Amino acid sequence: MASELDVVPGIATRREEATGFFQRMVSKGLGWARKNSLWQYPFVTACCGMEYMSVSSARYDIARFGAEVPRFSPRQADMLLVVGTVNCKQAPILQRVYEQMSEPKWVVAFGVCASSGGFYDNYATVQGIDHVIPVDIYIPGCPPRPEQVLDGLMLLQRKVQNQQHKLIDRVPVPTLAK
Amino acid sequence: MAKVVIEALVARFPGDVYDPYEGAGGDDCAFVQKSKIVEVCRFLKTDPAMAFNMAPYITAVDYLGAEPRFEVVYNLLSTAHNHRIRLRVKVPEADLELESVTTVWRGANWFERYCLDMYGISFRNHPDPRRLFMYDEFVGHPLRKDYPLRGRQPLVPEREVKDIFRGPGPVGRD
Repeated sequence: MASELDVVPGIATRREEATGFFQRMVSKGLGWARKNSLWQYPFVTACCGMEYMSVSSARYDIARFGAEVPRFSPRQADMLLVVGTVNCKQAPILQRVYEQMSEPKWVVAFGVCASSGGFYDNYATVQGIDHVIPVDIYIPGCPPRPEQVLDGLMLLQRKVQNQQHKLIDRVPVPTLAK
Repeated sequence: MAKVVIEALVARFPGDVYDPYEGAGGDDCAFVQKSKIVEVCRFLKTDPAMAFNMAPYITAVDYLGAEPRFEVVYNLLSTAHNHRIRLRVKVPEADLELESVTTVWRGANWFERYCLDMYGISFRNHPDPRRLFMYDEFVGHPLRKDYPLRGRQPLVPEREVKDIFRGPGPVGRD
């Protein structure tokens, strides 16, 4: 005779579903925290820097999006703003700055020169910084209006918010001490 | 105004300074033989009646298809007499080497490096014969007329800078 327990429908707690729910919660919280405190590293090389100054000062006020803190060390920054033309001589420097930033990091190509080389279709200019480093957001314009920059920043915020995080078991960090 | 200078030059270096003319901007110009440029410049610098103590701009021109193909242009200024002249030296493509005038004007150093970088015209006895703007791995000379319009250069890794300290900081610093 089958016991009653055998036919009582139990609550199906599948591990993956539970983990997925937890992951979504963590991702949402982390994304919310990250998107509202994007610390930037301005890699300003050219005239787009004027628009960068405009967008970061009082009238357009990038601080409304939590991105008002320029860090002049790439190790403390989340968002690399490449503002202006990057030439072939500078490209390895940009690459080193990118590599020095700690994860998670995002890159914004500010203006048409950083995005595609712009009208500097010549021997000295890198035709878009995506030849050197990966780019998340391209902001067109020569130079872009501050509204465009803020639009790009909001797109980046949406991207940061929607990023998924995986729960992984922490691997013990190997130490050099013997 | 500087016509007297050119006339004196032609009289002093007959055959080596030739074809004087007045340029579009009012500057007086003349052509100089390639082998005599340092001699002419030293005379212009040291002679008290000339006293050309500045070389504000030295550059080169590529007349692709003409023979000789290149030309090095020396713009000279005398602040004492307020004279301005322009000397042109024809350089054939087969022999792209001139004597450096850095021994006359030290300021010619970077202009000659510019000519080396952009046109590939080299200068004998130059104290620092490196490229001025482009990096060493750059192929070709970008201001030559036959440089490809959309020529792309390979990206190079960052070179080591010897005087930047990149090791761990001193004790006590973060």
